[in-house]
Amino acid sequence: MTSGQRRLLGVATAALVVSLSAAACGGDAKPDAGSTSSASAPAEAGSSAPAAASGEIKVDGSSTVGPLTQAAAEIFGEEQPNVKIAVGTSGTGGGFEKFCAGETDISNASRAIKDEEKAACEAKGIKFTELTVATDALTVVVPKENTWATCLTTDQLKKMWEPAAEGKVMSWKDVDAKFPDEPLKLYGPGTDSGTFDYFTDEINGEEGASRKDYSPSENDNDIVTGVSGAKGGLGYFGFTYFEENADKLNAVQIDSGKGCVAPSVETAQNGTYAPLARPLFVYPSAAATKRPEVAAFLDFYAKNINVIAKDAKFIPLNTEQETKLKSDLEALKGLAG
Amino acid sequence: MAAQHRATATGTGRSLARSRPRYGEAAIKVVLMLAALVSVATTLAIVAALAEPTIEFFATVSIAEFFGSTTWGPLFNPPSFGVWPIIVGTLEVTVIAMIVAVPLGLASAIYLSEYATPRVRKIFKPVLEVLAGVPTVVFGFFALVFVTPLLQQIFPFLNLEPRNALSAGLLVGIMIIPIIASMAEDSMAAVPNGLREGSYALGASKMLTSVRVVVPAAFSGIVAAVILAFSRAAGETMIVVLAAGAKPVFTVNPANEMATMASFIASAGSGDLPVGSIGYKTIFAVGALLFILTFAMNWISARLVQKYREVYD
Repeated sequence: MTSGQRRLLGVATAALVVSLSAAACGGDAKPDAGSTSSASAPAEAGSSAPAAASGEIKVDGSSTVGPLTQAAAEIFGEEQPNVKIAVGTSGTGGGFEKFCAGETDISNASRAIKDEEKAACEAKGIKFTELTVATDALTVVVPKENTWATCLTTDQLKKMWEPAAEGKVMSWKDVDAKFPDEPLKLYGPGTDSGTFDYFTDEINGEEGASRKDYSPSENDNDIVTGVSGAKGGLGYFGFTYFEENADKLNAVQIDSGKGCVAPSVETAQNGTYAPLARPLFVYPSAAATKRPEVAAFLDFYAKNINVIAKDAKFIPLNTEQETKLKSDLEALKGLAG
Repeated sequence: MAAQHRATATGTGRSLARSRPRYGEAAIKVVLMLAALVSVATTLAIVAALAEPTIEFFATVSIAEFFGSTTWGPLFNPPSFGVWPIIVGTLEVTVIAMIVAVPLGLASAIYLSEYATPRVRKIFKPVLEVLAGVPTVVFGFFALVFVTPLLQQIFPFLNLEPRNALSAGLLVGIMIIPIIASMAEDSMAAVPNGLREGSYALGASKMLTSVRVVVPAAFSGIVAAVILAFSRAAGETMIVVLAAGAKPVFTVNPANEMATMASFIASAGSGDLPVGSIGYKTIFAVGALLFILTFAMNWISARLVQKYREVYD
């Protein structure tokens, strides 16, 4: 390479560097332009929807109900793209804390509001109502080859899953002397899951308390594969997921002291499938329903509740519950005045 | 073309001293230095980011508890912080991977460097390096849906769980073969031919020359390759998450599902842990531990390379 070429190369490299950095600056500038244009967009969009609303709705609370409200928000977003709905999952308690401080518009809850939480809301002058939106049911599953565990008591489940069982209850025989000596292979959701929280709370008596030597997975399909692949397998997940895999797995009936009850849409809706079925709630604040975007969202939620529930894999409401949901929502709007 | 000839003609008569400052060259130097600084700065930033939450973690959980107990479940209630199950899990996968990768990697390196004709080498080496480009998620899925069922069929007595350390380790091993093979081949090819010729002159066979002359001469490069592969295997995440599962049990049975440090970080880090909670800090503590482990391996590697380096010519 000659010196002349070298000099040329140097110039070319310098030019390349300059143009690259210029391109980088250009890249920085673009998002700004984009965001300003999107900020002005709401005025023209949504002309097809009858009542175009815009604004932000803040939702927080239970991580179990979160996916349901999230599903509602996503379907709603197709009709009303200018309403932003932020769904947090701080847990039912954490959600009520924010709700009663006036920080959120809607609170998701997997249990009814407690008296002290009610008092906190009253102190802040926050009026609300309780809307039952769906039913959550957990199903304990075993493989088809399992002939002995057709019905398990909650105590037997506790014996399998409690923290003290770790490394000790390793065979079905350890659960009950009548069961065969088949290695117990446990599958369940990971610690992040609302299903895990609910199951540990109901069965082991404390949220998050569980033996650790089970196979955790956030993917329900793994639980299906694992349980159906081992004769001594047992796992738990949402009822709708069991329905889809009923050809591979058996659902265990649950005896909480009032006899064996099989999980089904009916037993979940009427509450007899205890304690692994529970109603799920949404608590909107009365003041927020005055805002058109919140009212529109709640109307949409109530009107399409069973589509949303199916989409998020919960047990939908029966006709009675659905009517009640709609009248409760109307009553809340009356409360807002 | 013509311009080039003219430049050459005038260039020969010039003095060697710099005629004018070369701004282009200075700019290149700065750009190159910045490029090198990016990786150094990233490493320092990782250390800094790991340090604070890790120190906070050890303010709550004693080091004695962390290293002194064997139940791992920082996200359970009550939490337990005995880190050994995931250290053992990590080492188990890594050891299985090394059992696969070291013999296969070294054998292919010896073949490519000593036995293969140049034409064969020209085809084999790029193909081997393509293996290094396969995304690890592909290996992981392959282990889960193909290797495990196959092993379950061939070796039913192993009682392989659907997710197990064995198939994850095997695939991690295959993943790191190209690292060992390629780096070891480079260092063997760098052994001067005079050594081989001397060995042949003394009547040694090709096999003896390869194993007793070339491999020892290239030993430092081979050690570096093996240790780099070890670090890569210890930190491998995707294959382990998919094929080995997330059950943190304290066992060395490779038929069992287990968790590694990297798979714990991946599963806990993708969850909804509140920032600042002890579970959140645990991710950093485990990350720091993994960082120290691989750092130690690299340091040992550097020391060994220095110790066994043989300089010829």
